[in-house]
Amino acid sequence: MSDRIADIWGTRTPHAKDAPWPVRVDLHLDDGLAESDVDQWVQSACVLCSNGCGCDIAVRDGRVVGIRGRAGDVVNHGRLGPKGLYGSWQHLGEDRLTRPLVRRGGVLVESDWDTAMDLVVRRSRELLAEVGPLSHGFYTSGQLFLEEYYTLAVIGKAGIGTPHMDGNTRLCTATAAAAMKESFGSDGQPGSCTDVDSCDALFLFGHNMAETQTVLWSRVLDRLHGPDRPVVVAVDPRRTKVAEAAVASGGVHLAPLPGTNQALMNGLVREVIANGWVDRDYVDAHTLGYDELAVTVEPCTPEHVAGICRVDPDDLRRAARVFGTSDRVLSTVLQGFYQSHQATAASCQVNNLHLLRGLIGRPGCGILQMNGQPTAQNTRECGADGDLPGFRNWDNPGHVEQLARLWNVDPLTIPHWAPPTHAMQIWRYAEQGSIKFLWISGTNPAVSLPELPRIREILAREDLFVVVQDGFLTETAQYADVVLPAALWGEKQGTFTNVNRTVHLSEQAVAPPGQARSDLDVFLDYARRMDFRDRDGEPLVKWHDPEGAFAAWRECSRGRLCDYTGLSYDKLRGGSGIPWPCDEDHPDGCDRLYADGVFPTHPDVCEDYGHDLLTGGTTSPEQYKAQRPDGRAFLKAAEYAPPPEQPSADYPFVCTTGRTAYHFHTRTKTGRSRRLRRAAPEPWVELSAADAAALGVREGDLVRVESPRGRVEAPARVGRGRDGVVFVPFHYGYWDTGGDGHTRAANELTLTEWDPVSKQPLFKVAAVRVTKLADGTRPAPAPTTTASAPHDPAGVPATAGEDDVREDVTPTDPPAPPPTPERTPNVPHPASKG
Amino acid sequence: MHLATYLGLLHSSLTTLADAFRQVGQGHGDEPDVWHTCQVLAGRVDRQTEALLPVVRRYGEHRETEPERLHATGLESTRGGPVGLLRDLQDLYTLAGLADITWTVVGQAAQGLRDRELLDVVTSCEQDTARQLTWLRTRIKQAAPQALIAAR
Repeated sequence: MSDRIADIWGTRTPHAKDAPWPVRVDLHLDDGLAESDVDQWVQSACVLCSNGCGCDIAVRDGRVVGIRGRAGDVVNHGRLGPKGLYGSWQHLGEDRLTRPLVRRGGVLVESDWDTAMDLVVRRSRELLAEVGPLSHGFYTSGQLFLEEYYTLAVIGKAGIGTPHMDGNTRLCTATAAAAMKESFGSDGQPGSCTDVDSCDALFLFGHNMAETQTVLWSRVLDRLHGPDRPVVVAVDPRRTKVAEAAVASGGVHLAPLPGTNQALMNGLVREVIANGWVDRDYVDAHTLGYDELAVTVEPCTPEHVAGICRVDPDDLRRAARVFGTSDRVLSTVLQGFYQSHQATAASCQVNNLHLLRGLIGRPGCGILQMNGQPTAQNTRECGADGDLPGFRNWDNPGHVEQLARLWNVDPLTIPHWAPPTHAMQIWRYAEQGSIKFLWISGTNPAVSLPELPRIREILAREDLFVVVQDGFLTETAQYADVVLPAALWGEKQGTFTNVNRTVHLSEQAVAPPGQARSDLDVFLDYARRMDFRDRDGEPLVKWHDPEGAFAAWRECSRGRLCDYTGLSYDKLRGGSGIPWPCDEDHPDGCDRLYADGVFPTHPDVCEDYGHDLLTGGTTSPEQYKAQRPDGRAFLKAAEYAPPPEQPSADYPFVCTTGRTAYHFHTRTKTGRSRRLRRAAPEPWVELSAADAAALGVREGDLVRVESPRGRVEAPARVGRGRDGVVFVPFHYGYWDTGGDGHTRAANELTLTEWDPVSKQPLFKVAAVRVTKLADGTRPAPAPTTTASAPHDPAGVPATAGEDDVREDVTPTDPPAPPPTPERTPNVPHPASKG
Repeated sequence: MHLATYLGLLHSSLTTLADAFRQVGQGHGDEPDVWHTCQVLAGRVDRQTEALLPVVRRYGEHRETEPERLHATGLESTRGGPVGLLRDLQDLYTLAGLADITWTVVGQAAQGLRDRELLDVVTSCEQDTARQLTWLRTRIKQAAPQALIAAR
């Protein structure tokens, strides 16, 4: 048995380059139970990170009692991470909402569905009559299922007709989508997790994969322990496990000052160009914009960039050389880029590096613009993030017409006069009182949004009617007018799609507690009560269950890059998840996209006409067509510009917020798992050793971190990050504290600013000051197994759990990877020359 | 030759435009994207003015004194609320439009004079001005429905 708190990534199963990743089946059951005690195994996939590992849920006496990885799943080959093992199901019986709540005399009281939904519908109808659709806003999640997002999108776009809909995916993966739209014309992950098995070099840009996608990192570790290991390059201000692996592999750890990623990337691109590592044939045949890119990066010499980022110029040269001279490079990008300044511009430079060398669409040559949450891909593709469903282009009247025909509504109903309203703007409209109805599903903005004092004020506004739909009485739910109890994973049926487009079916294993209902049932009930109709007077939403919603979505996806027409519940049962595009001609899906270097940039198919990366100004259809992209990718360029908030005499440090391996989002689930809670029980403040010494702070001392917006008080971890940078984990809120002060959540500090293109908030660049409040009596409650490890391990007990996971390294053959077609389905080819 | 008159007009338009970007940004600090983007664009208009200086040194500049003749007055103050934001962005659009067409006129003169240095300046500044107009148009389109229909 293994202790997967102490050993996050589990037993090594090394493999060589181009050899399949061996199977290892991870199993964890409730205390005292054996496999023979399990009544039933129910197929699903884990929803605690974007990897989406295939798993089976153990059921006994109508209760979930454990979990096991699926050996035959292409994503995880049987493995699960600590969150999946210890946090996926342990919360299902804890503190759940079991009845709707309504606000009476200022307090939330238990009610019933008819009363609660009647309140919601009455307010909705009143506002539609008084103000119209623009009074309504919807803020959803990266945690619901595909069927739920699509239903919500149809309600919002064709029922009510409001552009104000977004997901908390705006906080985590909006930049992934934006960067792919800018470079390739559409959302849609080019690479695959299988590229780990074949790469010669692995670049992780602002991606602490060891903690955010632990099973994918196991795959990397198994290569690093194999015979012909890849060289790793890590870009991260902290000395993460990824950064340690980079140094150990003979690669480079670059630790740029937060907010300077674009300068660093322009420097890397310049080195690749200046050293002649560009594949001119590929660039000429498959890209647009090379000259402007070359001119833009020309001044960004290693010395110039090193001055801005405060890195060693020779480290930059070495990193560029690894990129420029390795045969196969895989790059991954996550929050260190997405939640920082110039997010889309910097992420586009990763795409540019691959395009410049033609390293895309072949084994080991890939890009993973990562997702954070497990179902974020569905929020994006179904249109619950405000985009039009099926990666359709809001500025293309033909695409709007397709949806109007599909839904049988007037095209004018569908909001498409401007880009969809992003989350930060939705909250601004609520603050100004023009959005008066805000329906929040499956997310906890009172902890996760930036500048929490402001968010609490907005939620508390008298003129804002707040509906919160969740499994728990979250910090956000405390502000609601109506609280709707939602069924969670394992308590409902549906599908979702992971970071490399792999679709999994998650079956219902047990009944939801009390009167809780699936989010799908709640949305369907709302649609029925609102009596949304199509042009023929028939009900707008014509489905009644998950499989019906999936069938409707399948039609919506037909002919688009995210084509689901070859998928069905039956096909997803029993075997592995299957990556889209999956249609009649590609029944096993597609592992990689763009093998032939042809991209969905044709004006008739592209999801977006693009933006100016500096300002976010949108390219007009005429300007876009005049470039004649026709299948070529865009090499988008932007100068570095200083971040909106920089350290000053009053606030001399940069604060960056982030994650730990043991928690997910705002801990509503993982905080209720005994083992995960013990592993990382309380927040901490991470300082570099030199900064701590200068402040007179020792391990465990209580410190206060203050920004112009708020403060956090927590014990200090004297850690191993770069000087001048403070790290605070963002998971911790107030549901499990006794007091009423607001000094625990990292987002008390963060600022209301966002990337001009992806509109993703800047969580990583708040200027703060740090003061010592009191001597500590024990070490900070930060894990020692991860990036938060102490600078001096002496006297700090190691993070550990119990030996309670069985890891079965079996001789079972690993599942074969899905095929990669030469031509990407539904991507039109340019007319052949001559 | 009247180029000096137009260089004067251009110079004063750019100064007015940069000031107006800064003013609108500061006046709408509660709209973080407007605040930040206006500061960035103001800085880039300053760079246009700097790029114009060598040309001014060669041709001289004639500044009209009467405000109604070839001279855009700047913004006296910014407005409040969603409709106020819309109006202020529209004012910026007008000022940027004046700079845009003035660069075009100067560019035509540069063609006639076969002045390669001036042509290079015009080309890069015209692209930059187009970027301002694009952003303003995008932001105005986004703000208009909410301001005109739902705002109080």
